[in-house]
Amino acid sequence: MALLDLANPHRFLAFARALVPALALIAAVLLVLGLVLGFRAPPDYQQGETVRIMFIHVPAAWIALGAYTLMAISALGTLVWRHPLADVSAKAAAPIGAAFSLICLLTGALWGRPTWGTYWVWDARLTSVLVLFLVYLGILALWRAIEDPGQAARAVAILTLVGFVNVPIVKFSVDWWNTLHQPASVFRIGGPTIHPVLLTPLLVTAAGFAALFLALHLGAMRNEILRRRVRALRMLAAAGAEAR
Amino acid sequence: MIAALRAILARDLTLAFRVGGGGGIGVVFFLAVVTIVPFAVGPELPLLARIGPAVLWIGALLASLLGLDRIFAADHEDGNLDLLLMAPVPLELIAAMKGAAHWITTGLPLVVAAPLLGLLLGLEPKALAAVTATLLVGTPALTFLGLIGAALAVALPRGGLLVAVLVLPLTIPILIFGVAATTAAVTGLVPFGTPFRLLAALSLVGLVLGPVAAAAAIRVIRD
Repeated sequence: MALLDLANPHRFLAFARALVPALALIAAVLLVLGLVLGFRAPPDYQQGETVRIMFIHVPAAWIALGAYTLMAISALGTLVWRHPLADVSAKAAAPIGAAFSLICLLTGALWGRPTWGTYWVWDARLTSVLVLFLVYLGILALWRAIEDPGQAARAVAILTLVGFVNVPIVKFSVDWWNTLHQPASVFRIGGPTIHPVLLTPLLVTAAGFAALFLALHLGAMRNEILRRRVRALRMLAAAGAEAR
Repeated sequence: MIAALRAILARDLTLAFRVGGGGGIGVVFFLAVVTIVPFAVGPELPLLARIGPAVLWIGALLASLLGLDRIFAADHEDGNLDLLLMAPVPLELIAAMKGAAHWITTGLPLVVAAPLLGLLLGLEPKALAAVTATLLVGTPALTFLGLIGAALAVALPRGGLLVAVLVLPLTIPILIFGVAATTAAVTGLVPFGTPFRLLAALSLVGLVLGPVAAAAAIRVIRD
């Protein structure tokens, strides 16, 4: 099984070395294409030009949720399957997910000002995404608080799984409550309600963001593995110096 | 096993009320938080009466976060946690007992003090009753969710602030339903029972999830 082969950090590094530039290239091409399509699309009849913010905002929100889901699966990998790279994956995903949720919040605020007349409202969708961002920050703080990487990984894994309750709340907040934020218009029963001329650039940028996330995630995982090697070597060197 | 659990509860309660235990400080902190609010928003009683339930809830939330980090950390430092881990009693039940002891020394005094502090904020009798009832039902949820944060920070020398950062986002639903039930009781626009029952449900979920997750956290961090 491929996932089992990659448990060997050495093989993983070779795999990441080959894949990161390719994914980065795919991301660049898709993002440029998506943005060009997005800027050539006609303005929305209600939102006007601001509809183009959606091409950044919506994929960022998807990636923010996807990154948390990936972290939760990695947490299971740490606690249940004891996969050696699971905690590396969880640690690498956290700052990227936090960044994407921040992008989602900021672009949403910029869109809200001309459309709703306010940068922020305490509506269920906005608040639950803010909570997602806070949970991300808490996870980052816990990673930094515990010195031993293995111990930190197990503590963070538990917190990640507890915090996962928020992900369905974010997703379904627009259905459960009367929110100012519009309900789902792409992944819904009965098909998307967006016109293809706006849907196509959205899906292209979303694919581009996904490729960008994977490139950043694999790159960050590679950095983390190397960082742990440096840490191990330093500790060995310090132990050697003490013995002498 | 019942005797062992009772002994743990009695021990934690005794420790909390002896010198250096810190039991009861939560109420003083609660009083301090409520006292500074009129200075910040101005002493107009109609305004205070309107925001009073929310102020009491925020004060209770902050006060119950206080001292959470010591639930397991103190036992970790003096070696008691090793004994508890080796005990034949399931760690989940031990964690639940320690949570119960913490609630009795922190949460329950807050509930008792809430009507008194509500008078300072000019709450009507109906609002006083509602906020006390919601705090009685809601504070166990705060304590038992906090138990998870306490367990995660067990080995940290200064876990207090971190526990608050980890636990606060998870307590938002409790705050929402607690304040919603109180508002419902005061305004009468929506039934009081709906948010109140959801609050009770959150407490029951916390009662189950908290000790299990806390025990899992202690086990995985210390192996």
